[in-house]
Amino acid sequence: MILRIEQDHNRFKQIVRGRIKKDLKKYISSGELIGRKGKDLISIPLPQINIPQFIYGQKQTGGVGQGDGAVGTVLGAGEAEGDGKGQAGNAPGAHILEVDISLDELAEMLGEELELPEIKPRGRKNIMSTKDRYTGISRYGPESLRHFKRTYKETLKRTISTGTYRPDAPILIPIRQDKRFRSWKSAVMPQANAAILYMMDVSGSMGEEQKEIVRIESFWIDTWLRHHYKGVEIRYIIHDAEAREVDRDTFYHTRESGGTVISAAYKLCARIMETEYPPDEWNIYALHFSDGDNWSQGDTEECITLLKEKMLPRVNLFCYGQVESPYGTGQFLVDLKETYADDERVALSKIENKDGIYQSIKDFLGRGR
Amino acid sequence: MAQLPKNLQALQEEIEGHARAYGLDFFPVIFELLDYRGLNQVAAFGGFPTRYPHWRFGMEYEYLTKSYAYGLSKIYEMVINNDPCYAYLLECNAEVDQKLVMAHVYAHCDFFKNNLAFSKTNRKMMDDMANHATRIRRYMDKCGVETVENFIDVCLSLENLIDPHSPFIVRERPKTDEEPARPVVRRLKSKSYMNDFINPPEYVEAHRKKLEEEAHRKKRFPEDPVRDVLKFLIDHSPLENWQRDILSIVREEAYYYAPQASSKIMNEGWATYWHSKLMTEKVLKDSEVIDYADHHSGTLGGRTGRLNPYKLGVELYRNIEERWNKGRFGKEFDDCEDLVERNRWDRKLGQGRDKIFEVRRHCTDVTFIDNYLTEDFCHEHKLFIYDFNPKTGMYQITDRDFRKVKQRLLFQLTNFGQPFIDVVDGNYRNKGELLLKHKYERIELKHDYARETLRNIQRIWQRPVNIETVVDEKVRRVTFNGEEFEEKDISDKVA
Repeated sequence: MILRIEQDHNRFKQIVRGRIKKDLKKYISSGELIGRKGKDLISIPLPQINIPQFIYGQKQTGGVGQGDGAVGTVLGAGEAEGDGKGQAGNAPGAHILEVDISLDELAEMLGEELELPEIKPRGRKNIMSTKDRYTGISRYGPESLRHFKRTYKETLKRTISTGTYRPDAPILIPIRQDKRFRSWKSAVMPQANAAILYMMDVSGSMGEEQKEIVRIESFWIDTWLRHHYKGVEIRYIIHDAEAREVDRDTFYHTRESGGTVISAAYKLCARIMETEYPPDEWNIYALHFSDGDNWSQGDTEECITLLKEKMLPRVNLFCYGQVESPYGTGQFLVDLKETYADDERVALSKIENKDGIYQSIKDFLGRGR
Repeated sequence: MAQLPKNLQALQEEIEGHARAYGLDFFPVIFELLDYRGLNQVAAFGGFPTRYPHWRFGMEYEYLTKSYAYGLSKIYEMVINNDPCYAYLLECNAEVDQKLVMAHVYAHCDFFKNNLAFSKTNRKMMDDMANHATRIRRYMDKCGVETVENFIDVCLSLENLIDPHSPFIVRERPKTDEEPARPVVRRLKSKSYMNDFINPPEYVEAHRKKLEEEAHRKKRFPEDPVRDVLKFLIDHSPLENWQRDILSIVREEAYYYAPQASSKIMNEGWATYWHSKLMTEKVLKDSEVIDYADHHSGTLGGRTGRLNPYKLGVELYRNIEERWNKGRFGKEFDDCEDLVERNRWDRKLGQGRDKIFEVRRHCTDVTFIDNYLTEDFCHEHKLFIYDFNPKTGMYQITDRDFRKVKQRLLFQLTNFGQPFIDVVDGNYRNKGELLLKHKYERIELKHDYARETLRNIQRIWQRPVNIETVVDEKVRRVTFNGEEFEEKDISDKVA
């Protein structure tokens, strides 16, 4: 039976979908949306579509309650709407809706919203690999691949149809013709691999907010690249005056203090590229986030040399995102711009605040490389 | 319409008989048995089998379905105010639940039929809702789904701008075609040389001004502030006919639901009182006691700190019944200060039952609380008020004082906890602009919502719209002219 409500329900779901598309910018900035769950599903706690009305601001209203507790007893956090029963109205409370979207869908939405071109992995890097998959059943095969259930069924069928099956003593002995085996197919798959190397400046001037921006932005870049490549490897490098490779968690949460020597990170990055990711097998993406306050002009020059000689020849794309911080001078971006303004392997972007993430993702991924 | 299964039919007859014997008076009740999807649909449609197409119902359905699927909540009972009353039963419920629901429903029907707040509601709403749906579908065919739906969204944004009392107010303004006489200041008779003393020129001038102002006020539009903003917009906005009709539909449905909102505590309390009475005194079988107790306490339960309308309602009715049975009311009782005496007080009046029937006829939540919530009750049931503490970001209990509890409760119930918004000028700045005024009650409007709502009103009014409200403790006028907002503090002082 199809219910009448289905029409409204579908319409609502469409709006919610459309909402995600339209408000993607807002969501990216708020950082509320992101949560990885299970293998490739994320759950999005989506607020209802609230039709605006003249209503009271919530936090200012208290309410009447019932129960034990002295004056001052805490009832709950401010976010949980404290509707005692002041809301004797029929106004529905704030419902939480869970929408599950796979990361692939999310990437598609991202692509649509930002009008990103599809990435075409470079041809010579497409390694053909064969992969075996057990998808079928065969009458012949090794005993180790015998399909017990199918074989049992065949035996059962045979004995019953020939009348030798005895319900009181249901012993089944399969013969050669009964046996079934798992069989495999070899599929040839183009395999495109990508390596993403994240570098982040963790010097004293990078605060929580700056890191939050890096986190959100790298999530979306991850999502987009994973959408295009089968195998993605991610490496994380943090640096202040020195650089070291860390795991994901450390990458996002470390706060160091100290100066900024960017070339240290580039050196390490170049070394990893050289030793581990030969460019004819890997699509390499190097991303660097900093507040753009390098230690010295001399070091900046060294960075530019490193980029030119060691990094750029290997990468698909080098992205530099400069996160605005109250302490940084932002000179590094200016210097890079001077040299690489026209190089299509280099994407430069300035991220002033969370709202800037949207544009920045566009800058980085908008080249289809 | 499917017939109820035999066993439920028998139950219905039995329970209806008991309910009648207790003096409940109701419209005929038609029960329908639905599976959870059907019930969720009906619930999403606000109790009706058909509504106009709108995503909002889908949103509600999604919520209900999900929370049912994850076992978070389950709708037991659903009944609509109509003659005959329609009520829905969930197919998979156990028999004891069906009994409980039926008993509950009969009390609701009695309440619908007899409570004064419901006396002006449309008792054929079932049919009208279906008609609304047909009309809106027709408009959708004609103007396009998107156009119509967008307009409905706009209308729903204003849905709460009604005057719940207006069905009961009859305003008559004699209309005269005569030109009103020009106001003349009456002068006292005097000799000409005394004139300046007996009728001082400044007094005459001041009085003339006052009269002129008066005359001017009468020319104002509207003459007095209008609470029913929706009606004002319907009557005076440059809308197309289909838009006007949709706005009227939204308004009509809002008025239909309004009494349910204004008598939630009473209505649920009443139903709970009677289902418990009917079940425990008549209907319940021994084997069902445990399940019944479990589900009954489920309705009355709730987390500490949350006021449950079912619980508050039923406890108040019981309290009233006891007080009137024992004669614990009136001056004599109120003046008695001897605690022992008060606790023993029993005049054996036995008027309790009659009293609660009277209360259920005359009161709404506001008067119910105002008249019958006593200090003793407040202490006995541990009521308190809580507030948001900006320092901790938490809600905290702030007081247990009876007067404050009652005051807060009443305030929240007044106008359903909605802000008061009036139309004060339909020709503001003499430019056909609309001026609304928010009656400030020490709680400010949710500002971003207010702006968006203003935007929606502008879509209907089509000339610039203004609202005078209070932001950050300053009187502020927010204007939306169709393109941009303008906000201006017009006074530091909050009246």
